[in-house]
Amino acid sequence: MTHLKSREAILFGAILGLLLVVATRFPGFVAPENLIAVFTDTSPLIVLAMGQMAVILTRCIDLSVAANLALTGMVCAMINVAAPDLPVGVILTVALAMGAMLGAINGILVWKLSIPPIVVTLGTMTIFRGIIFLLTEGKWINAHEMSPQFTGFPRADLLGMPVLGWIAVLVSAVMLLAMARTTLGRSIYAVGGNPHAAVYTGIDVGKTQFAAFVISGMLAGLTGYLWVARYSVAYVDIAGGFELDVVAACVIGGVSIAGGAGTVVGTLLGALFLGVVKNALPVVDISPFWQLAISGAAIIIAVAFNAQSGRTKGRVILKSAEHAQ
Amino acid sequence: MKFTKLMTSVAVAAGLFAGPVAADDMRIALVVKALGIGFFEAAAEGAEEAAKEIGGVEIIYTGPTDTTAEGQIEVINSLIAQKVDAIAVSANDTDALVPTLKKAMQRGITVVSWDSGVAEDGRQAHLNPSSNALIGNMIIKLAADHLPDGGEVAVLSATTTSTNQNIWIEEMTKVMGNYSGIEVVSTVYGDDLADKSYREATGLMQSHPELDAIIAPTSVGIVAAAQAVADAGKIGQVNVTGLGLPSEMAGAIESGASKSFAIWNPIDLGYSATMLAHQLATEAATAAPGAEISIGRMGTITLDDTNAAAMADPFVYDSSNIDDFKEIF
Repeated sequence: MTHLKSREAILFGAILGLLLVVATRFPGFVAPENLIAVFTDTSPLIVLAMGQMAVILTRCIDLSVAANLALTGMVCAMINVAAPDLPVGVILTVALAMGAMLGAINGILVWKLSIPPIVVTLGTMTIFRGIIFLLTEGKWINAHEMSPQFTGFPRADLLGMPVLGWIAVLVSAVMLLAMARTTLGRSIYAVGGNPHAAVYTGIDVGKTQFAAFVISGMLAGLTGYLWVARYSVAYVDIAGGFELDVVAACVIGGVSIAGGAGTVVGTLLGALFLGVVKNALPVVDISPFWQLAISGAAIIIAVAFNAQSGRTKGRVILKSAEHAQ
Repeated sequence: MKFTKLMTSVAVAAGLFAGPVAADDMRIALVVKALGIGFFEAAAEGAEEAAKEIGGVEIIYTGPTDTTAEGQIEVINSLIAQKVDAIAVSANDTDALVPTLKKAMQRGITVVSWDSGVAEDGRQAHLNPSSNALIGNMIIKLAADHLPDGGEVAVLSATTTSTNQNIWIEEMTKVMGNYSGIEVVSTVYGDDLADKSYREATGLMQSHPELDAIIAPTSVGIVAAAQAVADAGKIGQVNVTGLGLPSEMAGAIESGASKSFAIWNPIDLGYSATMLAHQLATEAATAAPGAEISIGRMGTITLDDTNAAAMADPFVYDSSNIDDFKEIF
């Protein structure tokens, strides 16, 4: 436990260090308003990473989150075009429900047909994008077609921070509580930590994985609406490739790809680390040709750190046996 | 047997189509990528305008129902059978249409391509909506027009490897000398992703507080930059311009984040393609490298070594005309 704490402390330190380095080149970056803007900009990543974390903890992976986001976002935009006066609450409900449904499709395939999650979600990723194309024939839904309340919701200011940022805070808080204090949360850890042991304690592994996919899908759906509203545009390719950022955020945050290990706080910090890098690169005046390489290097360094601290932790289950050797 | 049958049906079909048309009418077929696309419907409107101006010309606006080369070949074969005088085609495939179009030319039909070209063998001339040099000049002119006293502008491009954007930016750099006082302070890349473009635009406004305009020669970038400017509360301070589609930019024009932007005008394009086809079909002009051909109100075009020509500067869209075009494309 102390090791986990220290891993997060290292990441937190890395983020602070990064902010300091950026501040030497562009002092305005660490101004409170800008930090809030960076947090808000990172919010979609945080929300998606929370769902992804639950999935990865159960030894699965969800590559369809960005496609789910795009499809749900497009459907929300289409509903808004068809019924501009529909309150945002209804749109949010639709987004959550539809995202959960798409996640449930992944979950069912993994649970009932025992197909490897990477294959399932690789498939549904393409299918979801394909469905958007079928729905729209490749056409865009643009800012002037959306109602002001639809696009205004995520950027509405609440106590100095846009609603989008507060949603990330809320989702993180709920996940923190759920992972630590609910039966489902504990089962998710148990299933990933040792599936066989989990079965013996009466946990249904498949069902738990299904639940994780539903959570991930639901959060992806929510982000779908927020994304479309924030950028005021919906088309087939929105958030293309974003699933990799989401997985990267989890991995940087110390979520083990092998399942069972990882925390909500770590994931939050992992997403923030990526968010700071993404927002800092445009302002520190680094050649765009270097930016991709720098982003990638940052991820690898962060993960290397994690692997290092993960290794020292080890899994000593019999202290006496170790000493006996 | 089969052949005679075919010939008969063709003759019948030709008779049916030719019926109401006066014998001396010239028939120009405008073949588009697919029917039902706003851009091409607008081009057809332009073609009709040209026909009216010339007089004695009938426009046959046609195309397949989906954007396939096979569909276009079928359509062109039936036009050959109808013995039209000219075919102006926006091709779904550069090479696939060549054999069919060659057959048309062998039968004395004038063939030109426009918008999306066919290989040199398959047409007498090709009309590009614009040229790289004209586009490069236009994007900086759009920004400079609203900065009479000069100012700082930045470019938000697609990816570092996007050929089109890189050529346009290069062409823009060549003519920078004509716009004194305008300084390009930075070129950033949004990778044609809404979120990255948005972030890059935000970054530009932060690192260059005096920024006056963002030029985005890409449709994803220009929309994202306009949104970023609106969200930063810098409408009126930073003008977003570049290349975009009216349907996608209507919101930005309305909010004032973008004062103007450019893209080809489909009406002008249909008009010019018809004029070009008419000029060649009546042998008022011949398609040869260096030939200058008059295309009515759009002025004169000059064919290059590949018998291709650029129509005109991209057309500028602003608050005065956006409403007419946002439903079209």
